[in-house]
Amino acid sequence: MNAMSHTQADNAYNFGFLDEYAKKEVRRAILKAIAIPGYQVPYASREMPMGRGFGTGGLQLTLSLIGPDEVVKVIDQGSDDSVNAVNLRRFIEMTCPGVSTTTATTECTLIQSRHRIPELPLTAQQIIVLQVPYPDPLVVVEPSEDKRKIMHGEADYSRLLVKLYEDIVKFDEITISHRYPTRINGHYVIDPSPIPRWDVPKLNDSAALTLFGAGREKKIYAVPPHTIAEPLAFSDVPFRVEDFRDEQGRRRACARCGCVDSFLDEFVADSGSKTYQCSDSDWCDMQLQQVKPLQGKPA
Amino acid sequence: MNKILEVRGLSKIYGPGCPYCVDSTGPEVDTNLCPHCGSVVAIHDVSFDLFEGEILGVMGESGSGKSTVVKALYFDQAPSSGEAIFFDNDKQHDLFSLNAARQRWLRNHRFGMVYQNPNLGLNFNISAGGNIAERLLMSDLMDYGAIRERAKTLLARTEVLLSRVDDLPKHFSGGMQQRVQIAKALATQPPLLFLDEVTTGLDLSVQARILDLILEIQQELKTAMVVVTHDLGVIRLLTGRAIVMKYGRVIETGLTDQILEDPQHAYTQRLVASAL
Repeated sequence: MNAMSHTQADNAYNFGFLDEYAKKEVRRAILKAIAIPGYQVPYASREMPMGRGFGTGGLQLTLSLIGPDEVVKVIDQGSDDSVNAVNLRRFIEMTCPGVSTTTATTECTLIQSRHRIPELPLTAQQIIVLQVPYPDPLVVVEPSEDKRKIMHGEADYSRLLVKLYEDIVKFDEITISHRYPTRINGHYVIDPSPIPRWDVPKLNDSAALTLFGAGREKKIYAVPPHTIAEPLAFSDVPFRVEDFRDEQGRRRACARCGCVDSFLDEFVADSGSKTYQCSDSDWCDMQLQQVKPLQGKPA
Repeated sequence: MNKILEVRGLSKIYGPGCPYCVDSTGPEVDTNLCPHCGSVVAIHDVSFDLFEGEILGVMGESGSGKSTVVKALYFDQAPSSGEAIFFDNDKQHDLFSLNAARQRWLRNHRFGMVYQNPNLGLNFNISAGGNIAERLLMSDLMDYGAIRERAKTLLARTEVLLSRVDDLPKHFSGGMQQRVQIAKALATQPPLLFLDEVTTGLDLSVQARILDLILEIQQELKTAMVVVTHDLGVIRLLTGRAIVMKYGRVIETGLTDQILEDPQHAYTQRLVASAL
């Protein structure tokens, strides 16, 4: 609170750090991105008081969308408490006086996230902004952006599919663990930022608006609410999410809350033993509070 | 016989072009470089017909524009002017008035191309099977098992060892790379195939086997082909009809036997005399 009143008194920065023209430009790009689902809209990415690669793209989206009565949640790899999330949250608190922040997925109206989409299904009242390092899924097969734009325009993704083919030839399955290429609304294929495969199905027919911001690469794209998002796959080798079964074939549970249907992080102790815990810390807390009496930790 | 391709007045000029370009270039003036504006008249007013199941030869020396003809028809380079109509079953496609997406569709589904340099036709960083898969995926076949099966059938047909289906083409010999290219071109069973100097640079025994393969494919699938080569032996073996080009102009057309036995144009006479 001290920091907030300080900024207000000083009047050094505009509400939301960016000047109004910058916000307007970002909002225009967002509207275009929503109008053309999956299309990468170029925009003039501003210098932010942090290095590119630390979520400047996502932050510019967040700061352009934020209103005085917004409730913001910032997550990094599912956690509200990691350094990146804490710093971004503090920055938002400092530059957006009056805006409240939270760690509860149920309470927030705007989520900025890196690498995860919350386990709890989002609602139509919420917007999630994802930080993107590499916006173009075609960059692995075509170095020229000129040609990539043509390929996107013609929905020519055969070379991306060949990558999947080669994966199956070599490893008997598709080995892409994150940034899984996903076709939006039957045309553009996007790089859904480094979310795990687990989160990709959440993009499909989502009630919430999903926005992607790449600060260094200067691109904004969107998956509007209730839009079809299909991960690329073969008809006889379907897409599948991560498998959390142990050697006996049982689904691993979170060591903290006992949940058996969330994305798990693996922790390796010094002794070499592994424990698993929900990646989404807010989800884990919710499970502990609500469900613990009903759902015991499976043996 | 049904016509499959009708080319009329195809021209390609590299450079700014000027009103004198056409008159100041060609076989009569012995150049394809316009002295007024420095443009290169790669081809001018090339017209020919191709019929179903026929092999047409395009011959001429280096720089005569023969490769430019097939590159324009395969949409690798847009021509400066001219018209080409592709007859596909009951449909007609005016090739150069189609939009880019339609052109790409035709290229992927209905045409095949084998380049002299396998570098152009193959992606050396993906396996031989992957190269064929790419073409099948372009034509919207999305079943992994079916793609794999088809890739193996094609490679077997073009006599590539099946044990090497997952090897990179850059580790193959030149003849084998050419076979993979042919397999890739045939993947979608196109009714029209362009062959640009396919045997140039290969040793004679490999050349003979590749030519045999092309003839067999033509017999089996009734694929119409345009064969570009400067090798009169290839023209004689493969083609029924041929056109002779010099400095971007067609100087003689006719039955291959007739052109090789009784050439009319002075240049063709010299060409045939020097080869035999």
